[in-house]
Amino acid sequence: MAGVNVAAIALEGVSKRFGDVRALDGLDLSVAPGTVYGLLGPNGAGKTTAVRILTTLIRPDTGRARVLGLDVVERPEEVRSFIGLAGQYAAVDENLTGRENLRLIGILTHLPRSAVKARAAELLERFELADAADRPARTYSGGMRRRLDLAAALVHRPPVLFLDEPTTGLDPHSRRELWRVIEELVGGGTTLLLTTQYLEEADRLAARVAVVDGGRIIAEGTTGELKAQMASTTLELSFHDARTAARASDLLRPLAGSPPLLEGTRVELSVDDGQPALIGALRDLDRAGLALASVALREPSLDDVFLALTGRRTGADGHDDLNAGSAGHGGGAVPAGRRAG
Amino acid sequence: MSAATTTGPPSLPTRVRRAVTDARALTWRNLLNYVRLPQLVVFSTIQPIMFVLIFRYVFGGAIQAPPGQSYVDFLMPGIFTQSVAFGAIGTGIGLAEDMGKGLIERFRSLPMAQSSVLVGRTTADLVRNSFVVCLMTVVGFVVGFRSGTGPLAFLAGIALLLLFGYAVSWVFVLVGLGASSAEAAQAVSFPTLFPLVFASSAFVPVESMPGWLQAFAANQPVSVTVDAVRALMLGGPTSSAVLQSLAWSLGILAVFVPLAARRFRRAV
Repeated sequence: MAGVNVAAIALEGVSKRFGDVRALDGLDLSVAPGTVYGLLGPNGAGKTTAVRILTTLIRPDTGRARVLGLDVVERPEEVRSFIGLAGQYAAVDENLTGRENLRLIGILTHLPRSAVKARAAELLERFELADAADRPARTYSGGMRRRLDLAAALVHRPPVLFLDEPTTGLDPHSRRELWRVIEELVGGGTTLLLTTQYLEEADRLAARVAVVDGGRIIAEGTTGELKAQMASTTLELSFHDARTAARASDLLRPLAGSPPLLEGTRVELSVDDGQPALIGALRDLDRAGLALASVALREPSLDDVFLALTGRRTGADGHDDLNAGSAGHGGGAVPAGRRAG
Repeated sequence: MSAATTTGPPSLPTRVRRAVTDARALTWRNLLNYVRLPQLVVFSTIQPIMFVLIFRYVFGGAIQAPPGQSYVDFLMPGIFTQSVAFGAIGTGIGLAEDMGKGLIERFRSLPMAQSSVLVGRTTADLVRNSFVVCLMTVVGFVVGFRSGTGPLAFLAGIALLLLFGYAVSWVFVLVGLGASSAEAAQAVSFPTLFPLVFASSAFVPVESMPGWLQAFAANQPVSVTVDAVRALMLGGPTSSAVLQSLAWSLGILAVFVPLAARRFRRAV
């Protein structure tokens, strides 16, 4: 049974069809206790189906799914007492107040009467909802609803938590706020399975990531491993005209691992090590008298990983916005005015 | 982690106690929703009162009550039954709404008694129906309704029609669980209930209808229940009609509770 070596969450060869659609196609997954695991993939990859099987909402057609060693098909009631689920939409009763929502979940999860009120108050405080606690949830902002939803999933202190696209549809500010809350949460030994379409989200929250496509895992590892395996750092240079760009592309070819990508006035180089390549490129361009418009160093994102694995972009909503964010911490753009020399 | 090895499924008494607690909690939650949403408050108060007043004063003059009865006396048992039957639509809409918002999915992932989702829903609607019937009784007395029998028979009539409303609620549990949205649940509900409620003895004597319709109107469950409630509230032979109505209500429950429970296990 559930011993130290048993995975907190395990899927073995799980398949599920909905009519003609094969949602899961022999999915294997193992999540170590107390870790955060990210399931990353575009819409329709099968992430939500996997979560719904693990949370006893639907049964797999074939294969086995276990939480803390308990088979979800054979012992669903026991599984439910150890899991918390926050779904794609904030599943709170919008006509009840935040406090009433949490108390309701407290009663339904059979906390002792005396503990129900205290637990609701504690969670409202922790998720910064105390001021809005006695307002109907329909008056909450999107970010507040998600926080309430997350709080509702935690009322009975489940050791295993499933977050299905917790930040989909949130604005960047609310998303970052929710990330902070989730990061605090996983410090305490909770096992967390997180699904997301946002590459930056998996990168930031999860220790290990599986990339899911067409109901199967197509890559698995730490975020660092995936990036190292699949993508390299990109040096992006842009020039004032296409002729200069073409000349620069020829000039800088020796710096790159593969031929530079030339698009109009832009040149992209894949390099193994960012900083020396950047310095070398600036030096070479200065010597040749080629004027830069701008230069930026971009660390590989998980979007690049997905592209490398499938030949497709993920097409997730708002990923441009997130990539803009991740480009920022990669190497930092150098303003055109600070050209070398 | 060790918790998984030490706890098994709870004992039967614990399960029963939890099922009651959970159903009560969800009943409370559903009733709070009724109180907090203005459109639901209107549906449960203003609308039944308007029905009483419209039939009493607008249509009542043109409808011939059976000999020896005033139309308002004839009307009230019918309008009670109509109200509890239409109240059942709220059961389906409420469930469809909860499904659409992901609330049912949340409940299903919790270590709670799964039966309480449907029991809590239908119980809340039973409470709502009881409130509506009390309100209409008061309004009925104000506009001239008088019971010709004793208070016990009157209360028995109310119990009978609340049971009928409860049974119809379970039919609409099935509608709500099968509907893709609250609007779809509503769209299915009205065409189902309208013929049953209006081609019945609720508002007009069945004898005034064409012969082919009478055969249906006289024997369908709404008419049977209206006739039984009328006998209990106004006087006349009761046992046959009451037994028929009980048989319908219990029969509906016997068929639709298991169907609804099965549908619920597969839903979401």
